[in-house]
Amino acid sequence: MNPLVLWFHKLGSPPYFYRFAGRLLPWFWGAALAGLAIGLYGGLVLAPADYQQSDAFRIIYVHVPSAWMSLFIYAFMAVNGFIALVWRIKLSETLAMAAAPIGAAFTFICLATGSIWGKPMWGTWWTWDARLTSELVLLFLYLGVLGLHQAIEDRRQAARAAAFLALIGIVNLPIVHFSVNWWNTLHQGDTVKLFGPSLIDSRMLWPLLVMAVATKFLFAASLLSRARVDLLELESGKDWARQIALAEERA
Amino acid sequence: MSEFVSMGGYGGYVWSAIAIFLVTLALEAAAPLLKRRRVLRELRGRLRRARKSNEENT
Repeated sequence: MNPLVLWFHKLGSPPYFYRFAGRLLPWFWGAALAGLAIGLYGGLVLAPADYQQSDAFRIIYVHVPSAWMSLFIYAFMAVNGFIALVWRIKLSETLAMAAAPIGAAFTFICLATGSIWGKPMWGTWWTWDARLTSELVLLFLYLGVLGLHQAIEDRRQAARAAAFLALIGIVNLPIVHFSVNWWNTLHQGDTVKLFGPSLIDSRMLWPLLVMAVATKFLFAASLLSRARVDLLELESGKDWARQIALAEERA
Repeated sequence: MSEFVSMGGYGGYVWSAIAIFLVTLALEAAAPLLKRRRVLRELRGRLRRARKSNEENT
């Protein structure tokens, strides 16, 4: 078998994944913390104030990366849920369920910071605008996945049922993304564009991109750390999990 | 410095948004560490009980 495929099969084995993720974790946490420090310093100190919004625009450095992560993590969860449903890979079930609370946290941050930004700029904490409403639906989808996963006794059946719900909820992702084009919203359209020039000065843009990368590392670190614990719990009857528990007792 | 804190009069909004971001993510990162301690404690307890009942039976 080709060595990459072989490695991929090995990664699916819980004890191997546990050790592999443990080696990656310190690097991911380090990159995430360094990125957050640089991004926040760049955004709060180095970037010039906006000509219309003055310093209030600096909320963008926590709001927009969180919004991107809320969609990114949902897609990650749904893809792993799909793999879990089709190929029944235990690691994919674990990864999908470990991603849900992280996605919910970022969605909450996005809504809360957006509300705080809305008050001084729009004059209201909340409005039932298409972008805001679809993002709130996204939060409820995350909570639904988490709730369903908690409600079923058998851990693996619970993960597959929740993965199915996650898959259905994927229709909401394009709605969130395109809501500002499809409807006339109070929320502004995209400022940062993947294709074509962004509508933002480069001195304001770079800290935002650093924050986007830093939150990816934060997600990766938290995901691996959650998946490790979940695998330990899921496989607590197996020898490798016992050995880890006993090794930690001696340490 | 006070200019930096006041954020052009929007200090309350900007700093509370940053605080929500940092606090939520810190709690989110702490959750698996707490769960790990609980899982390992339960696992060790189960191993101890198994060992004890083994000794009683032999």
